[in-house]
Amino acid sequence: MAPESPVPTLKLVQTLKGHRGRVWNVSWHPQGNILTSCGEDKIIRLWGTEGGVEGKWVVKTTLTDGHERTIREVSWSPCGRYLASSSFDATTAIWDKKSGDYECNATLEGHENEVKSVAWARSGQVLATCSRDKTVWIWEVAEEDEYECAAVLNAHTQDVKKVMWHPNDEILASASYDNTIKMFREDPSDQEWTCVATLASHTSTVWSIAFDKTGTRLASCSDDETLKIWKVYLPGNQEGIATPDGQPVWKCVCTISGVHTRSVYDVAWCHQTDLIATACGDDTVRIFQESLDSDPNQPTFNLVATSKPSLSHTQDVNSVAWHPTVPGLLASASDDGSIILWQFIDASS
Amino acid sequence: MTPSTGSPVLENKNPTLYQRTADREITPEELDDTVVDPFDAREIFDLIRNITDPEHPLSLEELNVVEERLCQVDDQSNTVDVTFTPTIPHCSMATLIGLCIRVKLLHSLPTRFKVTVKISPGAHVSEAAINKQLADKERVAAALENNHLIKVINECIFAAKPTFSKIERVD
Repeated sequence: MAPESPVPTLKLVQTLKGHRGRVWNVSWHPQGNILTSCGEDKIIRLWGTEGGVEGKWVVKTTLTDGHERTIREVSWSPCGRYLASSSFDATTAIWDKKSGDYECNATLEGHENEVKSVAWARSGQVLATCSRDKTVWIWEVAEEDEYECAAVLNAHTQDVKKVMWHPNDEILASASYDNTIKMFREDPSDQEWTCVATLASHTSTVWSIAFDKTGTRLASCSDDETLKIWKVYLPGNQEGIATPDGQPVWKCVCTISGVHTRSVYDVAWCHQTDLIATACGDDTVRIFQESLDSDPNQPTFNLVATSKPSLSHTQDVNSVAWHPTVPGLLASASDDGSIILWQFIDASS
Repeated sequence: MTPSTGSPVLENKNPTLYQRTADREITPEELDDTVVDPFDAREIFDLIRNITDPEHPLSLEELNVVEERLCQVDDQSNTVDVTFTPTIPHCSMATLIGLCIRVKLLHSLPTRFKVTVKISPGAHVSEAAINKQLADKERVAAALENNHLIKVINECIFAAKPTFSKIERVD
């Protein structure tokens, strides 16, 4: 039970040190008992506790020799048995511990240069990767340790920074240096993956995206120093938004500007509390909450908590990740080489 | 990020040469360890003015690519903004020069500083694209893992002549 406080606060729980150089990404195991981090030092660290999330987090395992260059992102499969890591060395490695220890048992090769992001679909049978080579690749799990490329998507005109699956449906979203977000799905008539939506409103690189728990809304963050909220309108929607070709249409319904003072590198939308966390180049972690009387077609999100400068990261924050089961527990990773665990404490009144 | 790192034909065969600035005059306060010296524009300029041009055996200062008046520092809010002026508006070395300035400052300044390196407004045909690349820290990080590129950058940075002549300490 979180202690009560007159105003919402972001309390520092623990600072995790160990990485040498920039930490690019943190992610949680779906059961929440392992925190995974990676970065410039080419080492994946698996952190755990003695006895529950309340305990002190320490490095349990390090995975080395998987990549020759910076490891940009780590992502667990929904079943929690496989860990995917994407690297500037143009490959994506799949790790598992079938033999008792974690080993890299498959390597996905095909991108021409840096792989920026990797994500598993909810089924665990499909993965997506993206790269500076401007493409998004869809991979299908063929059999044990066998992955087949199902599609190479060329919709973006620049560097693709992030891929993220819809929480309940096999729809993929991607964010790019070309300032847009795109959505893809497999056409049931011919099994071809196609771009079904382009979300244009940001004025610079879109660094990251996150769906809410229903998948009807998406948050995006950008080098333009804004956070945007998008909402999907289905054919026949009561608002009367036109849906050409019977395809759902995504509209930007909220832009939060004037809050972040440099590039916003990551956004995470908590599926338990509906809170939004951002990681910013101004060294700050911020928490946003939708107001109670928010209009769904013109929602209002308020900044409710900010990391304190004296007790926070000392360089750019690159990644934020909400714990999958403990409400309000957040991990962040920074250029300062540290990972910080935070507890968001809501106001008592 | 793949800036070209050398062309067989010089793009600008006869660049205009500019006078080197005299060394900074060291004041007694600056030698006094009990006085806090905030970073100033001259200090930023001194860090980058001797970087060698990738194309000529000349410094960025001698080519007027960097100028003290185009170095801005706010020690309080931890920002350093440098704009540079390529000698010709279609210079293919502009990204590489920007990277050299960025790398030199990243290596020299305390990590609290947020460094921005941009092209002087109107000084290059691809100004917006180059500024976007130089501002993208992920692309810069990936470029700095490219062994060939880092070698070229290091040659430009380390060919630099020492910034100061030896300072005699006055007690």
